[in-house]
Amino acid sequence: MQREKSWMFFDLLLPLLPIAAYVFVYRAMRAPEEYVGFVVFGGAMTAFWLNVLWAMSSQLYWEKEQGNLALYIMSPASMMAILFGMAMGGLFATSLRAFIILIVGSFLFSVQYAVVSFPQLLLVFLLAMTALYGMGMMLASLFLLLSREAWHLSNLAQEPIYLLSGFYFPIKSLNFWVAAFSSLIPLTLGLDAMRQLAFPSGAKLGFLSVEIEIAVLIALSVIFLAAARVLLAYMEKLAIREGRLTESRR
Amino acid sequence: MEIIIPKSEILNLKSAIRSFRLATWLGWQIESNWTDPFLFAVYSIVKPLASALILVVMYSIITQNDFASPLFPYMYLGNAFYIYVGAVMVGVSWAVIDDREHYKTLKYIYVAPVEIPFYLIGRGVARFITGSVAVFITITAGVLFLRVPFDFAAINAPLFIVSLLIGVIMLAMIGLILAGITLQIAQHVGFIGEAVAGALYLFSGAIFPLDVLPEFLRPIGYAMPITYWLELLRRSLVGSVANAFPTLANFSDAQLLAILIALTIVFALIAIFVFRYCDRRARERGLIDRTSNY
Repeated sequence: MQREKSWMFFDLLLPLLPIAAYVFVYRAMRAPEEYVGFVVFGGAMTAFWLNVLWAMSSQLYWEKEQGNLALYIMSPASMMAILFGMAMGGLFATSLRAFIILIVGSFLFSVQYAVVSFPQLLLVFLLAMTALYGMGMMLASLFLLLSREAWHLSNLAQEPIYLLSGFYFPIKSLNFWVAAFSSLIPLTLGLDAMRQLAFPSGAKLGFLSVEIEIAVLIALSVIFLAAARVLLAYMEKLAIREGRLTESRR
Repeated sequence: MEIIIPKSEILNLKSAIRSFRLATWLGWQIESNWTDPFLFAVYSIVKPLASALILVVMYSIITQNDFASPLFPYMYLGNAFYIYVGAVMVGVSWAVIDDREHYKTLKYIYVAPVEIPFYLIGRGVARFITGSVAVFITITAGVLFLRVPFDFAAINAPLFIVSLLIGVIMLAMIGLILAGITLQIAQHVGFIGEAVAGALYLFSGAIFPLDVLPEFLRPIGYAMPITYWLELLRRSLVGSVANAFPTLANFSDAQLLAILIALTIVFALIAIFVFRYCDRRARERGLIDRTSNY
């Protein structure tokens, strides 16, 4: 694949910096070494959230800013198909990125894994990604109506989601209802289940059992994909009616 | 002996002040007028608070809510004041990207009677203001809800104010260096500020003492003015933190202040030379109006 080489440096370096910072925070507190693994794992998964946020949800906003959105609407392709294609491309590229971050982070900080079941781990990952990118498509329809605020809202949805989804700590540490509410974000349960399956004490620190988390992820996948289809059709009509497809309020 | 200031210099100073003032106003409009004041206030507060809460949750899990340990105020205050790094340093350099790539107005600003470095620094002021609100709310939340040990009678206010002001100037100077580098690069320029801020977060002992870093990485932290700036701010607010960690415990407040001032002057000189060089090179190579549409 043809890639801009400097992107590789930034794609890999940027997520490693907060990962390293949080690892050293845990080391300053003399935390059990598994928490270092949790941080590396969670840090690698931030790549998917950032991809969904900036390259899926905001995608139609970027296209509108550059004047391409009207061309998309005019073409005979369905919006769902366009976003699905973007999701596949984004998922592939981000998986490579996350995998390398995971390998490098695990090597740098000597993370020990004890995988209980590879098939289950793969299943959880695929379900979490299906639900997450379905959510991305759904959000894309909402972002269709936004202008300048789209950038700010994407920017806003980073740290609060890192907090609520437990990217750097087990979600079980939060209040039950907060954790339950956070479970609406597919990465929350995806991360929790993958940690349970990949680390020795993961099951002890898990929020719900892996089986329940898999069931919830299946439900979220169906709900988000169906909602994305309905909302995209509705928002497209609304945007056409209100003349928002070609507006540019920089 | 009478000192005669050349007329052109006086005009430059006036122009610099005007550039700074107008850029400050413009920056504030860009930062804040995309939504209503309430949502803007929420936006300005939620992000830094969430960032602080991540650390608080991590800390409370491992220490079983032992907020009395000196590590907690060290980490909490360091993280709170680090908001200024993202606001001022990244804010100054981000103005180049915003004006060149997004609004496509940088070339018009260059042909206007504007002092560019002062214009860019002015653009960072809006983020300094919103950053100050976020710092204040984060620290207040820490004192009220998380028992950050704040003794108002023991606060060294002069040290705090002097350190804060020098630190903000220092951050603006680093921002200017980044702005110069940003002028040279068409794509990925947004990453430069983020990468530097992320690296400084790691190496400046913002949220953990430098001793935790591997020995070969510590000299990077000692060479960064932000390390001394954060230490001075912590000491001025919670003096007991100073002696809890060996990293800078041997330095007195005056010594730390002297190091901070010296490093700020060094970075200011570097900023002047780097920005002048980058600015001239960008003009020569036609980079001022180059856009990547990315």
